[in-house]
Amino acid sequence: MSRLRIKQGPAATRVLGVGSTQPERVVTNDDLSQVMETDDQWIRDRVGIIERRFADKDELLVDMAVVAGSRALEDAGVQPSEVDTVIVPNCTMPSPIPNAAAQVADRIGVKGAGAFDINAACAGFCYGLGVASDLIRSGSAGKVLVIGAEKLTDVVDPTDRANAIIFADGAGAMVVGPSDEPGIGPVAWGSAGDLVDAIYMRDHRYIYQEGQSVFRWATTQIAPIALRALELAGVEPSDVDVLIPHQANLRIVEAIAKRLRAKGARDDLVVADDIKYSGNTSSASIPMALDHMRKAGTVSSGDVILMVGFGAGLSYAGQVIICP
Amino acid sequence: MLAGGAKPGKREREPTVADKEEILAGLAEIVEEVAGVAQDDVSLEKSFVDDLDIDSLSMVEIAVQAEDKFGVKIPDDELANLKTVGDAVNYVSANAK
Repeated sequence: MSRLRIKQGPAATRVLGVGSTQPERVVTNDDLSQVMETDDQWIRDRVGIIERRFADKDELLVDMAVVAGSRALEDAGVQPSEVDTVIVPNCTMPSPIPNAAAQVADRIGVKGAGAFDINAACAGFCYGLGVASDLIRSGSAGKVLVIGAEKLTDVVDPTDRANAIIFADGAGAMVVGPSDEPGIGPVAWGSAGDLVDAIYMRDHRYIYQEGQSVFRWATTQIAPIALRALELAGVEPSDVDVLIPHQANLRIVEAIAKRLRAKGARDDLVVADDIKYSGNTSSASIPMALDHMRKAGTVSSGDVILMVGFGAGLSYAGQVIICP
Repeated sequence: MLAGGAKPGKREREPTVADKEEILAGLAEIVEEVAGVAQDDVSLEKSFVDDLDIDSLSMVEIAVQAEDKFGVKIPDDELANLKTVGDAVNYVSANAK
């Protein structure tokens, strides 16, 4: 019997570039109060959102993924032809067949790419980044494009004020490649399938959440996952410059930051609050927040960034990266 | 701390007035920290929602902190029944270890 050859990739990887896109249409809290019983202050108090972006009917998840992915490549200075794998974490494709990744890769110009979607809901981006990094380290891939993209307005009942005020549309992407110095730490991931009923699609049509139980889980169980990601990367809480939790709800983001500060994270830790102007965009929220923060100058190249995603499944994943 | 006349190890004792005052004070500290309500306003007859203007997510934060402080479990379905501060004090005193 012949012995199979295996490949060995580079020891380390890093994020080479970041990009994102949002639909043009801005929806304010006042806009929502025209169509449902709510108001600006109520929304700000509950979820911390000031405005969000909704895609038009003909602007699809894959369209947003193509734009975000192309921008990340441009930011990285990487040609599409240098990429061999495209991963599109998402949970809102209009139907399960076909996937998003193959068509997105083709439209970006990554011909014949290994292409697949990952559904770990709002944890999806951190799952995808972990997979991308390890594909490169194993020698299976050279450079990987990871694009979180969502059109959540397709799965939200526009009259359901619990969810319609939260969810929004958009895409965010990162290019991952080999590196001399480690720029992506090991992923800390897992799931809590016993809590499957906390977030699901009611009648296979509209998203439903057990608000209180999701809030309790996210505010108590996610900080320990973030700390595990730090431990895996050999980084002390006090060494973290930037925290980017999935932008689920500003109160969850603040609760996670508070718990990390109690474990030694600095008072001047920069905490992503992109949800204020972007809403909750599920698997797009983390790369989109990083892109916006880099452009605003609140994050600098070389910063130590702790990212953690969490959502339906329930699923969670986090890792440390060095800002490109 | 045992109330006078209780038989340790036999059956759960009845909570005393002093125990409940202690729980109320501890709960008031939590409510102030989570929701910014002055501790003096947190009295037994007050409704969390109608009088103290505390929303459902803040109730979860209060429950999580109360669990740590008093060593009780307050599941979400029980939490829904705790309408007033007095309900919460009674629940904690009946379920604390």
